[in-house]
Amino acid sequence: MIAYLGRRLIQSLLILLGVSLITFALLYLLPADPVRQIAGRSATPQTVENIRQQLGLDQPFVIQYWRYLVKLLSGDLGRSYIQRSEVTELIVSRLPASLLLMVGAILCELLIGLSMGLIAAVKRGTATDQTLMVASFVGVSAPQFVVGLLLLYVFAVRLSWFPIGGYGTWRHLVLPSLTMGILGAGWYARMMRSSMIDVLRQDYVRTARAKGLARRAILFRHALPNAILPVIAMIGIDIGIFMGGIVVVESVFGWPGIGQLAWQAIQRVDIPIIMGVTLVSAFAIVLGNLLADIIAPFIDPRIKLR
Amino acid sequence: MKKFLASTVAASALALMLGMTSVRAEDTVDPNAKQGGAITITYKDDVATLDPAIGYDWQNWSMIKSLFDGLMDYEPGTTNLKPDLAESYEISPDGKTFTFKLRHGVKFHNGREMTADDVKYSLDRVTNPKTQSPGAGFFGSIKGYDDVAAGKAESLAGVTVVDPYTVKFELTRPDATFLHVMAINFSHVVPKEEVEKYSADFGKHPVGTGAFKLAEWTLGQRIVFERNPDYWHKGLPHLDKITFEIGQEPIVALLRLQKGEIDVPGDGIPPAKFQEVMADPEQKARVVEGGQLHTGYVTMNTTMAPFDNVKVRQAVNMAINKARIIQIINGRAVPANQPLPPSMPGYDKEFKGYPYDVAKAKALLAEAGHPDGFDIQLFAMNTDPNPRIAQAIQQDLAAIGIKAGIQSLAQANVIAAGGDKAGAPMIWSGGMAWIADFPDPSNFYGPILGCAGAVPGGWNWSWYCNKDLDAKAAEADSVVDPAKAGERDKMWSAIYDKVMEDAPWAPVFNEQRFTMKSARMGGADNLYVDPVHIPINYDNVYVKDVQ
Amino acid sequence: MTSPIAPDLPAAGRMPAKPRAGVWRRLVKRRLAVLGLVIVAIVVAGAVLAPWLTGYDPNEQMFDGLTLEGSPLPPNAQFWLGTDLLGRDLLTRILYGARTSLIIGIVANGVALFIGTLVGVTAGYFRGWIGGALMRFTDLMMAFPALLLAICLAAVFEPSLWIVAMVIALVNWVQTARVIYTETSSLAEREFIDAERTIGASAPRILFRHILPHLLPTIIVWGTLGISTTVLLEATLSFLGIGVQPPTASWGNIIFENQTYFQAAPWLVFFPGAAILALALAFNLIGDALRDILDPTQRGRA
Repeated sequence: MIAYLGRRLIQSLLILLGVSLITFALLYLLPADPVRQIAGRSATPQTVENIRQQLGLDQPFVIQYWRYLVKLLSGDLGRSYIQRSEVTELIVSRLPASLLLMVGAILCELLIGLSMGLIAAVKRGTATDQTLMVASFVGVSAPQFVVGLLLLYVFAVRLSWFPIGGYGTWRHLVLPSLTMGILGAGWYARMMRSSMIDVLRQDYVRTARAKGLARRAILFRHALPNAILPVIAMIGIDIGIFMGGIVVVESVFGWPGIGQLAWQAIQRVDIPIIMGVTLVSAFAIVLGNLLADIIAPFIDPRIKLR
Repeated sequence: MKKFLASTVAASALALMLGMTSVRAEDTVDPNAKQGGAITITYKDDVATLDPAIGYDWQNWSMIKSLFDGLMDYEPGTTNLKPDLAESYEISPDGKTFTFKLRHGVKFHNGREMTADDVKYSLDRVTNPKTQSPGAGFFGSIKGYDDVAAGKAESLAGVTVVDPYTVKFELTRPDATFLHVMAINFSHVVPKEEVEKYSADFGKHPVGTGAFKLAEWTLGQRIVFERNPDYWHKGLPHLDKITFEIGQEPIVALLRLQKGEIDVPGDGIPPAKFQEVMADPEQKARVVEGGQLHTGYVTMNTTMAPFDNVKVRQAVNMAINKARIIQIINGRAVPANQPLPPSMPGYDKEFKGYPYDVAKAKALLAEAGHPDGFDIQLFAMNTDPNPRIAQAIQQDLAAIGIKAGIQSLAQANVIAAGGDKAGAPMIWSGGMAWIADFPDPSNFYGPILGCAGAVPGGWNWSWYCNKDLDAKAAEADSVVDPAKAGERDKMWSAIYDKVMEDAPWAPVFNEQRFTMKSARMGGADNLYVDPVHIPINYDNVYVKDVQ
Repeated sequence: MTSPIAPDLPAAGRMPAKPRAGVWRRLVKRRLAVLGLVIVAIVVAGAVLAPWLTGYDPNEQMFDGLTLEGSPLPPNAQFWLGTDLLGRDLLTRILYGARTSLIIGIVANGVALFIGTLVGVTAGYFRGWIGGALMRFTDLMMAFPALLLAICLAAVFEPSLWIVAMVIALVNWVQTARVIYTETSSLAEREFIDAERTIGASAPRILFRHILPHLLPTIIVWGTLGISTTVLLEATLSFLGIGVQPPTASWGNIIFENQTYFQAAPWLVFFPGAAILALALAFNLIGDALRDILDPTQRGRA
């Protein structure tokens, strides 16, 4: 177990290193000059060169990357070119909003997805089952920006149930969470359904049924807990999909998270911020996968750590 | 970069006598203004910094002006220069020495008195390359600037502290724009001890002499200003507190305004709601319209074929249907025929420009040897409405046979392409350039039409370089004598008329500003479309519902 | 945006390569698959027949397509789905936009599938350091937030339809590679492959004669599901303004260009949005049905 963990940790670190290298290289290749963005439009060529030197952007790629890496290892993500603040500070100030959205989205996913899957499994083969499965496909096929804009139109503009955008109260959280959650809900619905069907086939459920236990009791006391565990373990993997979606969803709803931070930074080649957000997202994804793998054997003894 | 300053004329501003001392005009305070109260203002984009040496955005420009002061400022709601931290100033007859007498008893928010040393320190700091100020270039006429910019000196040789209340500037050339430069945010006065204390984070912990001080800053969400009780200008500011809410979409902001939750949506009225607002008399009454020192234009790279032929550039000027483009942005602009916007001194009212004339444009193309047109790339920034405007231009060009492919890119990429001599044949300037930094005609020439800007990484995306005009521009800027301001404006008009003969640009429109406010907001309309304190003049507005 | 339908994969090589003739017959027996096929047929027909279905040019900004104040027109007798903010016919743009979606769907997904299969097969069959390196690289790509990567790539290259397709392919091959790798490695261990090796069959022969045919069902299933992912990713990039360049119509950039008006003119978001959803849904439905059909272990479960 410890050896396994150690190996996985090293692997994860190497992956993060690779992510940092690739992102850094891509940003190095960008056909835009961050120094011009800093120096402003009144700058003389002399000023521009001075700033380039100070930021070390006149150095060859390898040296620039090495310097970044050395700082990174001491926990320093550098300073934003445009905002001039510490990238760490900027990310930390926006992380709670993104995490809140993530929690909201996961709740929506689980609430909607698991109940859909449960009902579909129980009503297996019926029209309800079919409808729910089509609905789950609609969920995974719907572009998030369309879902977001439509939810805004219906529930915020027309019905005024929720605010049109912004951040602060639970009411602000509902629509963005739902938008993020619908995608995952479709996914969870399908997994829950097959997991539940598997469990219902198991001997102990049959035994319980033979003993004449009430249907409801079997379902909720015996089958559900067993069926739900493998599904829950997927949340870790879910983080990757979540990280992909925040740029869009945060921009549709004006949510002050790291997705918006990244998007604004990309527009203005604020390289330290882009690097920072990419690394934080990659870290979250790697961590999620790692947790999912570690938890899996505890939930399902058939899976062994490799 | 949506930012930068603007405003109209400074003729009266310059109504000081050369070689004589000018004493500041009596500070006026609106007699109807009520004291106290709090307002809420929203912005979409984050406030990057409140450091006057660095901030250059739409959101923070006026905030910085309320936290800090410069030697000069403008009368509220106008472009008329007036002394601010300076009590008076004196210009030498050769126009190369400016001496400012400072106001006594002005205190920083930390309680220390501001003196001439602080003025010098602030200018040394902003020009020091380590500060990485986007405004350093404005101080190029001060003696010793080049040494500081090159990192050879720490201090500007041309700025001398005569005594604690007198500071003297020596310039390398007569500079008619120098008083404007002393009013721009980048020259605002900062206290050395606080800058050193916070170092690179000074922008998050601003300490100035301004009407307000920073009370709270929750990154990405909220900034709160509170009244500076020791503000040197008696009777100002009127408000006790201003809360800026960040990250609010313009459309959300407008709805909240309609519900009475906020007082001013800082980003204006969103396009989709514009007609709805203007159709409702009650709401329309709370809309303030004002000019903006902005021109939207198409640059044509004069060093690249086929734009190296003036006839082709003129043909493009005649092909663009400006009325249609203005319709696309809901009529929130006026058509432009020259680089300067109408409210800028030096704007030539008589100038007719190129008419919209497709037949004539085609004929010019044929004369230039392109009877069937040609293929070309048009660059534009990728945020609405710029890709739409680019498509409208594309359709107009297609009518005379020019097939333009659109490159709709992130701002930084377009700027990079423009600064590369072989990068971009045509650029639609929208979203990036050009709002004047200060209300002076020279501001539309040097960086964007002069030879100095036609360098790799520069902002002269037409790569237009006319040595004759450069010489004329230098001549105009050496006319420091305010009595000759009218003459100087005429010189500038002539320069821009000549530019248009060569047609490196196709000017398209000048944007208008529309600000909306809550019913309880008071103060003259021009404070809400202040040409300098953009978007609104926080120091002078007030609320009507306090005692 | 990774494909969300990843978990149940067709298991490797459990299917004999032959009886594929019945696939189509079995496919059209499934109601949902038929729904998907019908949608795809409509979209393809719309894309191909666009010039005959509409009398308008997709890029023509019509004078009577805007109100005097510059607002778009709601659906009416002249413009069936209304006009956009430049006074162009929305229906026409959606029809031509279908071309963009389909081209991207086919090209980008084809390239992604090719890269994914190549990497997966190479890593799974040859193992060793090549295989190890390839799979570590795949792991690395999995750790990227896909959209962020696509945005960075789109910013590096000058955007065009083909560049957008390549960007999407570069992001989307990863999932396929993982699946193909797993299958190939389990195939490579099986007896009949061993037997081939013993009789001295060359690696290409084994790969093309034995491995690839066994992988075909998986490739078909992933190829179909992948189109859906691709269509969504293109729409998202275009929605952010970094996808297909104007004036080429794409469902995503229609929404991008008009979203400031979505409260006043929701049809400008609704119609192209519905088109994206329908096409993505169609390929998901077909792909899911194919998976059930081609993978016997899954049969009867759904």
